[in-house]
Amino acid sequence: MMEPHADPEIYDAFAGALLSPEADLPAGLSSWTGKEPQRRFGVYRNNVAHSLVSALESRFPVARRIVGEAFFAGLAQAFIRVSPPRSPLLMVYGDTLADFVADFPPAAGVPYLADVLRLEAARGHAYHAADLPVLDPAVLAALPPDALAGVRLVPHPALRLVASTHPVHTVWAMNREGETPQPIADWQGEAVAIARPGLVVETHCLAPGVGVFLGALASGEPLALAAGAAAASDARFDLQAAFGLMLAGGFFAGLAGEGGSTTPAP
Amino acid sequence: MRHQTLNIAALPARAGVSFKPEHFEAIAAAPQPVGFFEVHAENYMGAGGVPHAQLARLRADYALSIHGVGLSIGGRQPLDRDHLERVRVVCARYEPESFSEHLAWSSHETTFYNDLLPLPYTDETLTRVVEHIDLVQSVLKRRMLLENPATYLDFAESTHAETDFLSEIVARTGCGLLLDVNNVHVACTNRNADPAAYLAAFPLAHVGEIHLGGHAVDVDEAGAPLLIDAHDRAVADPVWALYAAVIERAGAVPTLIEWDNDVPSWPVLAAEAEAAEAVLAAARRGRQAA
Amino acid sequence: MKTQIASLALAGSLAAALAGLATSAAHAEDASKEKCYGVALKGQNDCAAGAGTTCAGTSKVDYQQNAWKLVPAGTCVTMKTPNGMGSLTQGPAPV
Repeated sequence: MMEPHADPEIYDAFAGALLSPEADLPAGLSSWTGKEPQRRFGVYRNNVAHSLVSALESRFPVARRIVGEAFFAGLAQAFIRVSPPRSPLLMVYGDTLADFVADFPPAAGVPYLADVLRLEAARGHAYHAADLPVLDPAVLAALPPDALAGVRLVPHPALRLVASTHPVHTVWAMNREGETPQPIADWQGEAVAIARPGLVVETHCLAPGVGVFLGALASGEPLALAAGAAAASDARFDLQAAFGLMLAGGFFAGLAGEGGSTTPAP
Repeated sequence: MRHQTLNIAALPARAGVSFKPEHFEAIAAAPQPVGFFEVHAENYMGAGGVPHAQLARLRADYALSIHGVGLSIGGRQPLDRDHLERVRVVCARYEPESFSEHLAWSSHETTFYNDLLPLPYTDETLTRVVEHIDLVQSVLKRRMLLENPATYLDFAESTHAETDFLSEIVARTGCGLLLDVNNVHVACTNRNADPAAYLAAFPLAHVGEIHLGGHAVDVDEAGAPLLIDAHDRAVADPVWALYAAVIERAGAVPTLIEWDNDVPSWPVLAAEAEAAEAVLAAARRGRQAA
Repeated sequence: MKTQIASLALAGSLAAALAGLATSAAHAEDASKEKCYGVALKGQNDCAAGAGTTCAGTSKVDYQQNAWKLVPAGTCVTMKTPNGMGSLTQGPAPV
């Protein structure tokens, strides 16, 4: 008869060998052929690697196009061994891939890659964010001018901000499927806002100071302070245009009330 | 007797299709000759957006099966209660006609491996699987279906045949079964076993749904056939033959066409479902004539 | 001390922005309804078993060991940056 307590170890050995190609075949596995089932165990190893690499490929299509399929597969393979999923929710798997890439020597020649990954991860979160009506501009319009300065806004669940020292929006946009990359003459940092006022994820390249403005608002700063910080960060900051973008783009869901409660738009 | 037990399944006894987002527009454009759709629970655990908008629209017009791929029911460790809660929320949101999961594990310690991994069939694993299914059914407040796995190797320590293991789980938990006929063909070929004998021992009366999918063909180091449950092509002829034999014995059972990789156009997928529907229709006519 | 923008300036900018929104709102709403269900992503939990299996597994493992020798070879090599084709390693840090 078999040892009744053999089974706890088999899970450890099986799991331990899945992401380690150099690990020995776990003891206790067999095949009817009588041979060591190396290739048979290899099916599981391959399924794990292939499925996780595929999950990352489908989440980061632009980054993949930038570095090519072979490089991305190698990058993803290296990543899954260091940071395998901790949750069955693969829609969030790869949130830390950008940080991994920043320290991945083979990617040193594409230093903008990490921020493209951050942008794509942010788009994924916006895609799955809660459905919530966006702030009705009439709610702001109805406020007396005196009250406006102290107003705090509640970010829409889909709002994500990505700031980069690279022209991340330009790079991302021109490397999407079907687009043709062009020379980038003026290599400047860009800030990006990602929002989803309906079902479609929208990606906005932000004018000077707007990233600071939105970041301050999203972290709960009152309107007057946020606008002041933005103007101080960049003299070109255009408050009127920033208002127009954030209202049309559905970046916010409502006004923060007393005690942090929200007032969703009607 | 057989009819009464099979009718526990709330899915219509028709052919269904695993839903892929790229088919949404084709499906929504006109009523489809499809009995139900099936989705993976984990893809609908985000808060909102397109996935839920699409699924809500489909749900309004079709019966729905929610199929979990992440509970790790065959795992050594206790079920992930957070994940079970997410499954509960998805089921509460869509009230599917069926919820199913796998006789397999996918999580161990802190890692999710995203594959349906095999377990030895012992008294110890049986006890654990039964505990896990009891918990799932009590949290979901519904009967679940458990799917037979596609396997590629054996465990020296296994003391139960898979069909006996499944029968015992059904007896102890009251769960139903999801019979994946492709998995039967794949696992029996990989074990040099007779699929007809496997099916003869399978507790068909408790089957609430059947899966049909495509598999890839490889060989192992001994030159023996090694079939892989890839869901990347049409259902193979031997699987259709096994399916026809099952339906002849069991009558019409809700039947899903699974196609997850290299997904074809909607008409190709719909044609596979029609082929299954023809087998089901013949079974219905046979029953009426009898 | 933090900079603030005066209430009147805020109100003026907001009023001007709202006037601009009113004229474009109707068009935007039509457009977003059009593409309502248009952009659907593959479900990540649908990425299942790979077909070529053992071979693909082996080659990916081989690649993993060779990854350090290989270089990105996608659109980055055709995209000109100020420091050359897709490479910034030789150039000054961008501002």
